[in-house]
Amino acid sequence: MSQPTQDTKTSAPLLIGCAAGFSGDRTDAAGPVVDTLIAALAQRPREQRAFLIFETLAERTLALAQLRRRADPESGYEPLLDEMLRPVLARCLAHGIRIVGNFGAANPRAAARLVGRIASELGAPAPRIAVVEGDDLSAAEHRPLLREQLGERLDGLRIVSANAYIGAEAIAAALDAGAQVVVCGRVADPSLCVGPAMSHFGWRADDWQRLGRATMAGHLLECGAQVCGGYFADPGFKDVPGLDRVGFPIAEIDADGLFTIGKSSGTGGMVNEATVKEQLLYEVHDPAAYLTPDVIADIGEACVEAVGTDRVALSGVRGHPRPTHYKVNVCHEGGWLAEGEISYAGPRAEARARLAAEVLRSRLPGLALRVDLIGVLSILADDAGSTLAATPDGGARDVRLRVAATHDDRAEAERLGREVMALYTCGPAGGGGVRSGLTPRLNTISCLVPRAAVTARFEVIT
Amino acid sequence: MNSITVPLYCAAHGRTGDKGDRSNISVIAWHAELFDLLVEQVTTEAVAARFAHRAPSRVQRFVLPKLHAMNFVLDGVLDGGVNDALNLDTHGKSLSFLLLDMPIRLPTAVRHLLAGPDGS
Repeated sequence: MSQPTQDTKTSAPLLIGCAAGFSGDRTDAAGPVVDTLIAALAQRPREQRAFLIFETLAERTLALAQLRRRADPESGYEPLLDEMLRPVLARCLAHGIRIVGNFGAANPRAAARLVGRIASELGAPAPRIAVVEGDDLSAAEHRPLLREQLGERLDGLRIVSANAYIGAEAIAAALDAGAQVVVCGRVADPSLCVGPAMSHFGWRADDWQRLGRATMAGHLLECGAQVCGGYFADPGFKDVPGLDRVGFPIAEIDADGLFTIGKSSGTGGMVNEATVKEQLLYEVHDPAAYLTPDVIADIGEACVEAVGTDRVALSGVRGHPRPTHYKVNVCHEGGWLAEGEISYAGPRAEARARLAAEVLRSRLPGLALRVDLIGVLSILADDAGSTLAATPDGGARDVRLRVAATHDDRAEAERLGREVMALYTCGPAGGGGVRSGLTPRLNTISCLVPRAAVTARFEVIT
Repeated sequence: MNSITVPLYCAAHGRTGDKGDRSNISVIAWHAELFDLLVEQVTTEAVAARFAHRAPSRVQRFVLPKLHAMNFVLDGVLDGGVNDALNLDTHGKSLSFLLLDMPIRLPTAVRHLLAGPDGS
């Protein structure tokens, strides 16, 4: 149970571990994080508190979740939720480690029911579970609000999802109400960390300096291993020990929001000034104005300092009053993405791959093809093909041709895969390894809505 | 001044992030002593030129002296972003290495501060 008055007087920092940085993250990450939290709790059982957070939503993830919910009303939450929580849920509940995650995605109530079922199957006492809602603006009743902001751009779109990035207040309120597990949908990623800190320390929602600091702690946590040496290694230049078992991060936050960042014990990876700086600036635009629904965090004067093995302190973070509006992402159906690939090897492989691309362009005049020559030039080039056009044949001997296009009409899009397949018998010599795919596309548009138009709220459901 | 020309990755590291059709790329000096040299050479104009084929509509640079870092924000370089681009790397996650491969000139005297195998 939350005891903010008592806790604020203690000197023990609040521990917040992160066990997932995206939908599909490693499900064995949480175990070592929970082990580390339990060991810390054992050292200071009277005053130490710990949370475990899961961040599993990216820009498209919610739209995909809405599509699953349409097909099955009891679906629409993080598909790996069972695999993520089952290994650690009983231990978290037994040791008072509370869990906050946005794994509710498009259906927090169904996710909450699953969490209850897992606890029951594990023989754990029934946990107090809360859902945070109000982010989902996909229902017809919200259409006028979106129309007001997006105007004619909205007309004619087949909307799949619309979600406001809501903040930490409803999470903190759910924790204050005694929730042991808080299941959210689209809350801003750092709010998963700010909510527990607000609740634990009893911070006000306009305590901009403390909220700003905790927001950057959340920012460093929210991508999981990316602050612990994940997504960092570059052999010979940036070597990372034990990358195959890279650890996940744990922040230690004090009553003023100052914090250090470390990682789960007995794992690979590393936390040093370089890994923290890279993650600090990840997906940041103006460093003086990192916008969240809770606060505008400012790292323009921030400093990082290694304070121990795998432990780095961040200082100098400031906070400014939060934005007056919520950001809303609207996902809509965007036709079909068709892709096809074929490989060429040996003498004149590049010339044969280029000829195959010419054949496809000629055969598919209704599609705006993107052409990649994997092994020559691919992901650094542009969709329009100007980079590839300016790159002469360099005689590459192992080339994979990849073509891609979108079309609103499925039948038109399907032609691409068939034409790539036809290269087997009708194309240049020696092509092999055809693969093709057709996937529905989701496109996103964004807008801002006044905070008053969105009712972020929580409900304790068990 | 005796100088050497090396790829930027010998003097700095970085990571790409994306939001919509906007990419941000951090450039973080390996040593404080290298930072001013990087600020001089890895300018907004130099980065815009390096990404000319991706036709950025705007390039901004934010300098963070206390982190010995710069943050570049490139608008319109992701062919519409994660949902619209036909690129295999719709997020543009690989773009940091395009920037880090940029050649820079450094005084020979700072060679010992560079990352990577000796003599790189």
